[in-house]
Amino acid sequence: MKWKASIGLEVHVQLATQTKLFCGCRTTDSNAPPNSSVCPVCLGYPGALPVLNREAVRLTVRTGLMLGCAIRATSWFDRKSYFYPDMPKNYQISQYAAPLCEGGAVEVEGEDGIRRTVRLRRIHLEEDVAKSLHIGRRSGVDFNRAGVPLMEIVTEPDMGSPDEAFAFLLALKRILLCLAVSPCNLEEGNLRCDINCSVRPADRSELGTKVEIKNLNTFKGVRDALRHELERQQAALEAGELLEQETRRWDADAGATFSMRTKEQAHDYRYFPEPDLMPVRISVEERESWRAALPEMPARRCERFMQEYGLPEYDARVLTADRAIADYFEEAARGASNPKWVANWMMTEMLRRMADAPSEAWARLPVRPAALRELAELAGRGVINSPTAKAVLDVLFERGGDPVAIVQERGWGQISDAAAVGGLADRVIREHERVAADFRNGKAAALQFLIGQGMRLSRGKANPALLRDELIRRLGSRSESAG
Amino acid sequence: MRNEVTHWTLAETCRHLEAGDCCSVELVEALLAVIAERDPLIHSYIYLNAEEALDAAREADASRAAGKGGRLLGVPIAVKDVLNVRGQPCRCGSRILKGYTAPYDATVIARLRAEGAIFLGRTNMDEFAMGSTTENSAEGPTRNPWNLERVPGGSSGGSAAAVAAGEALAALGSDTGGSVRQPAAFCGCTGLKPTYGLLSRYGLVAYASSLDQVGTLTKDVEDAALLLSVMAGRDPHDSTSLDTPSVHYSAVEGFDLRGLRLGLPKEYFEGGMEWEVERTIQAAIAVCRELGAEIREVSLPHTALAIPTYYLIACAEASTNLARYDGVRYGYRTPDAADVETLHSRTRAEGFGREVKRRIILGTYALSRGYYEEYYGRAQRVRTLIRRDFEEAFRNCDALLTPTTPTAAYPLGERVEDPLRMYLGDVYTVPANLAGLCGLTVPCGFTKELLPVGLQMLGPALGESVLFRVGGAFQKATAWHRQRPPFPVAGSAR
Ligand SMILES: [Zn+2]
Repeated sequence: MKWKASIGLEVHVQLATQTKLFCGCRTTDSNAPPNSSVCPVCLGYPGALPVLNREAVRLTVRTGLMLGCAIRATSWFDRKSYFYPDMPKNYQISQYAAPLCEGGAVEVEGEDGIRRTVRLRRIHLEEDVAKSLHIGRRSGVDFNRAGVPLMEIVTEPDMGSPDEAFAFLLALKRILLCLAVSPCNLEEGNLRCDINCSVRPADRSELGTKVEIKNLNTFKGVRDALRHELERQQAALEAGELLEQETRRWDADAGATFSMRTKEQAHDYRYFPEPDLMPVRISVEERESWRAALPEMPARRCERFMQEYGLPEYDARVLTADRAIADYFEEAARGASNPKWVANWMMTEMLRRMADAPSEAWARLPVRPAALRELAELAGRGVINSPTAKAVLDVLFERGGDPVAIVQERGWGQISDAAAVGGLADRVIREHERVAADFRNGKAAALQFLIGQGMRLSRGKANPALLRDELIRRLGSRSESAG
Repeated sequence: MRNEVTHWTLAETCRHLEAGDCCSVELVEALLAVIAERDPLIHSYIYLNAEEALDAAREADASRAAGKGGRLLGVPIAVKDVLNVRGQPCRCGSRILKGYTAPYDATVIARLRAEGAIFLGRTNMDEFAMGSTTENSAEGPTRNPWNLERVPGGSSGGSAAAVAAGEALAALGSDTGGSVRQPAAFCGCTGLKPTYGLLSRYGLVAYASSLDQVGTLTKDVEDAALLLSVMAGRDPHDSTSLDTPSVHYSAVEGFDLRGLRLGLPKEYFEGGMEWEVERTIQAAIAVCRELGAEIREVSLPHTALAIPTYYLIACAEASTNLARYDGVRYGYRTPDAADVETLHSRTRAEGFGREVKRRIILGTYALSRGYYEEYYGRAQRVRTLIRRDFEEAFRNCDALLTPTTPTAAYPLGERVEDPLRMYLGDVYTVPANLAGLCGLTVPCGFTKELLPVGLQMLGPALGESVLFRVGGAFQKATAWHRQRPPFPVAGSAR
């Protein structure tokens, strides 16, 4: 029998806010000492009350707008009750009945190159829990993470394979980076996934029994867990067993999933509207101003780079993979007489020199995009030759500035004056009469030697193409037919 | 000084301090002496801040000598054990908060502190404000200063008894379903429950978030207005606090009620009230009429649904508000729990009292899958109907007059085993919380057994000024609020 899998994901994304979702504590990374960023609110002290961080709402709605979600004019928070030592209040402030964003989709390109649409069910906002630490036989809780804003993106069960789920996560991460709504640092747990998946006979439309796998921290983990779990389910079905609706946990070391609880043991979260917060209202003006500030989707930008700047697909992809790079390139390419010259400099020198730098470094680079455009222009028009251009770039990386000024200041200008280069050609021919005669007699390689001598004499400043033309003009056309 | 101070109101005390008739240290010492004499019988206070209060008084006297002001400079106030005061315990009358010391000031406390108030001590209450008698306290019951065999009401019974017994000039309480107004009525105090959102709830330990409101227990309406003026106003730490312009409330102006329309909700007068209470209320209504008010009948058709609606909503919210007491971060922790589940369940089993457990279970049930719509969902819809009843009523009148309670203070122990009867005692107070309105109770007479009776005035949202005008005029025309329980007190303390 042929089998078909249906996979849905819940992705918890840590938002890039300065402070927590309901208090003024700063969001910290894992290097902060335990319990160094806490207050009565995020510790769940008696009498403390939450106050909503509006920036978290903006980032969530921004994501929703980018992914084509409907944005609720009025949404609200609910209390989700369950007892857990990581939960300061033993309820989590989340959104259940009225999430900020509903619907929407992510375009995913599979390895086969075919594009599929993964529909989204909703995006809502909630607070993160604390982190339990186990030291020997004792346990402690670090509340630095408690109350950090999480955006939960819930998909429909639209993915058919572990690879497709993996591709979805990559596409999603690319969009989130482009939106600058999350640092997307996987080591810091900025992106965490819950999976739900089921298997059914290929000829049946009704979904099979749903199994959840909780709390995966890496994209590879998602793919591995899914590969294993779908195989397990398929094997069970092939053996004629019935699957149970349950929640499982992925053990990467064991390479297997293990049952955590069955449907009967599932929590009743007893959701009800959070009475300590007012409903979240988003006016049309606010929503539209956020929409107007949206960046382009990476895929759309890639296509536009190909059309607008005439880039090959490969270059366009590379330059749109990171929003900071794309922004930099676009600023440099805008107004360039030949954007491809700029793209070539980006693809070679710039990416090589910036290979280990973080994305943020592009915005702070001493080489301003306008300077790169100028440099590409000077080199492209042959005003300076390639080694000189690289030397100018060295200077730009070191202290910024204007390429034309640098070239003049250091006397690096290429000699493109026909009379000057003509004089140079005369001198080379005079000093190397025998080689010149060889060339006249049909030895084409002799020309390279003469050009080399001319470059040496001019200390590299002669325009090589012009020098070549001037030499040929003086040595006659016989060589041309011979060369 | 010791005898005088038991009679002084807050406003009078401020005038005496300003005039230099006494200093803050003398005042605090006098109150401590009264407490030492009377509180062993009454048990209003569960924590006294004597040393720090005297230090603060010395500082206040020095500030005054240096020419510095503050509307409540050097004036001691008692605080219900439900509000966080930095450095003081805040146990909510519960064992589960044993050892907890508040690390911060509630916003209302911070505002009083900024005006120079001193926090003398913490008053007894029903555990987590759940109860109407102050018998549900881990610290033992408080007694009614008018009769030690009677309950002082609750849950702010400690605050009411302290003010009535002259052990406090004024006190703060909290009112979720009548917890300020009912004990104020039972003890012969003036009790104010402001409009929901007028006072910040930040630092008020939550019982039922959508109903809780800080209130005052004072000797007269002028003091209630003074405290409200200091505490009211938008607080960025409480999202539900209202964005109102700062108002100076006063009960001093106005001797009559001419031009005011006062409504009598007919459902409140249809039986259920003790004859002694009804007689007293009718006499009070007559006083208002004589003062020039136009008295008219109004209807609040959904009154009978208020009690079940209140208990469903309050318990549902409480079941989650009280989930945080688990022994992990603060308060009581069961010894030697082997795992987290045991730690949670044993801490809570040992830390909470019976009434609290009853309400947590009720609330958990009301929110459970399959029951939510039938209970919590329906209660929210009825709440809307009750709110509309009031909106309709306030189209035709400026305020409502009602009894505060159906009976006067009843004997200790009488309703401990009969929670349903205890719940029914909240029938006149609960609707104001459900509708988010303001309410004021003033003493309006006594029963034959010399137990105080309270007249309740209900106003529309942010209608405090109307309540102060009615209450202020009533207190200028009557002397009920100036009656003090005889001391030594009637009845015997066991
Ligand atoms: Zn915090």
